[in-house]
Amino acid sequence: MAITLTVNGTTHTLEIEPDMPVLWLLREQLNLTGTKYGCGIAACGACTVHLDGRAVRSCVLPASAADGKAVTTIEGLAANGPLHPVQQAWIAQQVPQCGYCQSGMIMAVAGLLAQTPPPTESDIDARLTNVCRCGTFTRIRTAIQATLRTAATAATTEASAPSVPPGTAATTEAAR
Amino acid sequence: MNKWTRRAFIGAGSITGGGFLLGVAGFTFAPSRHSLVGDDAAARGQLTTWITVTPDDAVTILIPHCEMGQGVPTALAMMAAEEMDADWANVRVQEAPALDAYANGYIVRAAGGDFIPASMARGLDYASFKAAEWFGFQVTGGSTAVRGTGEFGMRVAGAAARQMLVEAAARDWAVVPGECTVAKSRITHAASGRSTTFGPIARKAAALSVPSRPTLKDPNSYVLRRTSVPRLDIPAKVNGTAKYAIDVRMPGLLYAALAMAPVNGGQLVSVAPAPAEGMAGVKKVVRLPNGVAVVADSFWRARKALAALTPQFSDAGHGGVSTASIFAAYDTALGAAPSLPSGAAKTVTADYKAPFLAHATMEPMVCTAKVENGRAEIWTGVQDPLNARSAAAKALGIDVEQVTLTNHLLGGGFGRRLPFTFDYVELGVLVAQAMSPAPVQTIWTRENDIQHDYYRGAAMSRHAGALDADGRPLAAHSVYTGGGNGEAVSMPYDIEDMDADEKKAPHHVRNGQWRSVLNSQHGFFKESFVDEMAHAAGADPFTFRRALLGKAPRFKAALEKAADMAGWGGPLPKGEGRGIAICESFGTICAEVAHVAVAADGALQVKHVYAAVDCGDIVNLDTAKSQVEGGIVFALSAALLSEITIEQGKVVQSNFRDYPMIHLADTPLVSVEFLRSDAPLGGLGEPCVPPLAPALTNAIYAACGVRVRELPVKKTPLVRA
Repeated sequence: MAITLTVNGTTHTLEIEPDMPVLWLLREQLNLTGTKYGCGIAACGACTVHLDGRAVRSCVLPASAADGKAVTTIEGLAANGPLHPVQQAWIAQQVPQCGYCQSGMIMAVAGLLAQTPPPTESDIDARLTNVCRCGTFTRIRTAIQATLRTAATAATTEASAPSVPPGTAATTEAAR
Repeated sequence: MNKWTRRAFIGAGSITGGGFLLGVAGFTFAPSRHSLVGDDAAARGQLTTWITVTPDDAVTILIPHCEMGQGVPTALAMMAAEEMDADWANVRVQEAPALDAYANGYIVRAAGGDFIPASMARGLDYASFKAAEWFGFQVTGGSTAVRGTGEFGMRVAGAAARQMLVEAAARDWAVVPGECTVAKSRITHAASGRSTTFGPIARKAAALSVPSRPTLKDPNSYVLRRTSVPRLDIPAKVNGTAKYAIDVRMPGLLYAALAMAPVNGGQLVSVAPAPAEGMAGVKKVVRLPNGVAVVADSFWRARKALAALTPQFSDAGHGGVSTASIFAAYDTALGAAPSLPSGAAKTVTADYKAPFLAHATMEPMVCTAKVENGRAEIWTGVQDPLNARSAAAKALGIDVEQVTLTNHLLGGGFGRRLPFTFDYVELGVLVAQAMSPAPVQTIWTRENDIQHDYYRGAAMSRHAGALDADGRPLAAHSVYTGGGNGEAVSMPYDIEDMDADEKKAPHHVRNGQWRSVLNSQHGFFKESFVDEMAHAAGADPFTFRRALLGKAPRFKAALEKAADMAGWGGPLPKGEGRGIAICESFGTICAEVAHVAVAADGALQVKHVYAAVDCGDIVNLDTAKSQVEGGIVFALSAALLSEITIEQGKVVQSNFRDYPMIHLADTPLVSVEFLRSDAPLGGLGEPCVPPLAPALTNAIYAACGVRVRELPVKKTPLVRA
């Protein structure tokens, strides 16, 4: 059947069986290989993408369920602009080791931050069940906390002194 | 015959584009075929290439190791750049191709258990070099990249390059080379006020003879090493552009899904291809000696069609084997508890068990191949490209020279992608041969991966110890089965009467190397038993160990550091405890303290793990730290949850649901500190794995009084009887 979906802003119509998982559609039909296969049973999260803004595991998401919807993959997270704050934090904290799980990890975290702002520690623990075999979890937690702090600082700065660019706290103080 | 000359160990020459190129092939670790062709090699363009300087000042360093998460390219490039005094901003890395020139004899020596002191290593014998060439090793494993290739290769290459560049500049300026200084890729002669960057002088430098014994830097003058340098591979790993073997794409690429004999040693008996052949996208059903593959125009279609088949396999006579029967055979092989000297005031005995473990790399096994006219091109991810190339050639029955192999980033290695475990490459080329000339990507499912691994061996150890009336250990004896070696079973403690004997109880389950190899089981066995001896002596487990380390100052320092970091001896709430363990492996000493809480219902929480690590010196501080953190989490996941079991000769587990891993929520705080010693560089990928399990189970005992003698921990109820 014909499936129409928008991936990273581009609309595609594909003649494809409705049960083909979105993971393989992305990787093989659209050559978007940043989304990874890890288990095929939604147990590891390496294949996490956003479906209409919600983090989902694409290895068990049939193409038919994405028909008419918008998919964002790791390749589209920054949308040709600066890196997403989560990606920036991942570099700053030097999170990846082998890196294979990190596309899914970043998409899961970005999804969580968008859906549950700001998530509590228990939200984070409950919702982030992606597997990383290199054991980067200690840095993942640090990177998430850094992202949340940056977001909170930006929000505070914006609310208190919208005319002053972020990162100039001393100026903000003096202007009062 | 080719001639082996000292001159050829370090060879240099120009490359097209006016670059400067320098290769080093030491006696010990990076032998080059070009080392064997004599002095005319450069003239014929046969060069060993590790360092290239181009006129635009870029310094490109070829890395003869793969990146599987450990940051090796960055660390090795740092070692070369430090000696060169190169500007790090201009340094690039490139993975060396799978050619004999990049084989490493270092791993051969390490595999033979023949560690040579650093001071002697450069003069190592020709035989090791030949062995490396013979086996075609280009291994990343055994925690050898930095301490072998880096220490004796990258440093020498960098220092030689610096000396040649300075010499070339000094000649231009008619000054004495010794009066020139180098910093950040700039050569300066202060007295004449002249200076140049590396690029403009590179071509002239390449024409000079290569110093056979370049002067290495005094470590006290390092400016780059021991700092935290951002890893060069990370930006591509956060935006989806990093390419792994599974991401290989090319025109006309087909995909294959595999079913393999579920019992190791079994063969394909029969398969009726008809149900798959008519299905969408299917190109062919391919029979393999021990399996069947379905090739289609998409992996999903191949997999779906494979599911429609009912292949029959033999079990090679192993259909009656189970984990229970294997451990029963182990128990019989071990026999009675080892005997002890008479006159002990107190004796302690204990048995410990460790299960089979899968590697479960996040990227499953993948091999893409194109076979045509007696030639093969391979794109895959391996920890030894050279040996994988040989394995593929052998599987196809063609000469190794007819095979090219392009390696990729590894989505995890942990020992699964080492020599002698290249079944995924062998099967991949056979499938491609059947589809010649089409390129085929054979992807293992997670189920294939978990059920057809080369497992960390299941092992069992039986211990007996004797204490005198003052609680001092007189003897510690053990017998073990499931594999072991001198390093894995030895203990640093000053106990007069110690021995460990191996007993054999073979089985059909195929074993391989798993992060830290035999240390992973024996670290648990020996450090659990020492803890039991301490408790039997009525002593604190830390002070008991420390008293036995008087003759092992590096161990003592690491143990004390870990205890100090963890606040050892400080008060804890009821139900919490600390456990300590210390192991040496791959030249690194690692002491760890685990802090756990065990609730009344037996629920376990690992709160904090502290690691004190003596690996001699550090190259990239932040990467070193991340290797320790990762090693601890990797080991914790295994210790708490992981177990491969066998029923009817087959592996029972199949995916992350029944072979689960810990998640973010289960991850403790991890604190890491390094002790700097004058010991040779030790490894870092593996040595922090072995002490974790015993530190954990020793902490559980301290918290609730339950002694865990069998891994994983989940098998033992943590409720005090």
